[in-house]
Amino acid sequence: MNEKPEKLIDKKGIRLDGRKADELRPLKLQVGVLSNADGSAYIEHGKNKILAAAFGPREMHPKHLSQPDKMVLRCRYHMAPFSVQERKSPAPSRREVELSKVIKECLEPALFLELYPRTGVDVFVEVLQADGGTRCASITAAALAIADAGVPMRDLVVACAAGKVDDTVVLDLYDAEDKLGAADVPVAYMPNLNAVTLLQMDGILTNEEFEKAMNMAIDGCKKIYEMQKEALKTKYMVVKEVGEE
Amino acid sequence: MSTPVTKVRLKQIEQLIAKGKRLDERGLHDYRPIKIEQGLIEKAEGSARIYLGKTEVLVGVKVGLGEPFEDTPNEGVLTVNAELVPIASPNFEPGPPNEDSIELARVVDRGIRESHAIDNEKLCIEPGKKVFVVFVDVYVLNHDGNLIDASALAAMAALLNTKMPNYEVKDGELKMKQGYTPLPVKSHPITVTMGKINNTLIVDPWIEEEQVMDSRISIAINEDGNICATQKGGSGYFTPQQILEATKIAQEKAAEMRKKLDW
Repeated sequence: MNEKPEKLIDKKGIRLDGRKADELRPLKLQVGVLSNADGSAYIEHGKNKILAAAFGPREMHPKHLSQPDKMVLRCRYHMAPFSVQERKSPAPSRREVELSKVIKECLEPALFLELYPRTGVDVFVEVLQADGGTRCASITAAALAIADAGVPMRDLVVACAAGKVDDTVVLDLYDAEDKLGAADVPVAYMPNLNAVTLLQMDGILTNEEFEKAMNMAIDGCKKIYEMQKEALKTKYMVVKEVGEE
Repeated sequence: MSTPVTKVRLKQIEQLIAKGKRLDERGLHDYRPIKIEQGLIEKAEGSARIYLGKTEVLVGVKVGLGEPFEDTPNEGVLTVNAELVPIASPNFEPGPPNEDSIELARVVDRGIRESHAIDNEKLCIEPGKKVFVVFVDVYVLNHDGNLIDASALAAMAALLNTKMPNYEVKDGELKMKQGYTPLPVKSHPITVTMGKINNTLIVDPWIEEEQVMDSRISIAINEDGNICATQKGGSGYFTPQQILEATKIAQEKAAEMRKKLDW
């Protein structure tokens, strides 16, 4: 990043990247992109480019980590060394360990863990390029990968952030807004169950701003949810066409 | 992350909470008794020990010299680390920090950082070159639930107890002088953690309740009653309404505690 711009939002309410306050970045979702994984998904969320792969339900390694009464979900969120401006060491940072944990905990409510005792599902998220909001994009992709692996789910989990930039509550912050803005509220949501499965926040917000940001993020989630479903369906439509030939 | 509790007892906790009661006879929104002691480690620049019921956390603050981050050349550096020491619970093992201790450290860090508790610019000695680095080390001594709130309170209490060495810069050289000045603290965030048991929110869950609850939410509140950090944990979920209810409870509890602690 170079110089700090004076204003992140102009007089007409347009942000530096040309978006309105409640506008999402362009999204592209693709399911079934890795042949070796049981399920996989690719997401482009603005300049974020993220791959997610799911394996399982399968026997756990090491075996003693398996649970006699439920499935164990493991997640690894990892950023490629070249995904950010300054090279990131490939060793897991504390941030990545925390995000791996919250991503796991936000996906668990979607799964019927008790139906698959002694097994494990592994979800690996690789951030190839990061531009703010990677945890949210990772969750959206990870949920698709699990669904693609054929693991039954209560609902897809979809995530989106809202935040505060120059005293305005805005949707889906990108890198510059995330770094220079006043607050960031990432939310993961299961639309069918009206369930928030991830909620984090940093920055300072009043009650009203917090409520507005959370609701804005949830609305963003609902929009991405439709694209998620579309992406899942698309994969199976392609299979059908091949079969007809 | 805790000692086993019989299913009967877990069921009892659950049933009591449905009636608005708790096993240890607290109200649903009551904290356990809190006791804070400051300055018990002479070799540290600041320290505090908190007892939150039987949960016991010691925080030591060391102040050292270092380089600022490139994007904040005029600011000192804050680092928070948490150790779940094996003496605190039969389930804590020696070794490098696991995901639980990293999350604990990062949640405590976020509360302090995002509320601008420390006036970071006053920690700058020479812009871009030399600044004070504040190491906050959270040491969990006894785990009886709600480590987040206990650690956040103890960390703040330790920072309030922290002294920085006096210095002067002469001809571009840094010289330490006699005496100390207090660390420039400009805000006092208070973190309130709630657990959700069958759609009921309880404040300050203790270790047995932590095994019944399906998710928790921690909210840091600053002096103005604004929200400066939140973290949802556990493998359950909250409805948006429950989250707003939780922020209200957190604001009430934080205000109450602020009065008691005179922060």
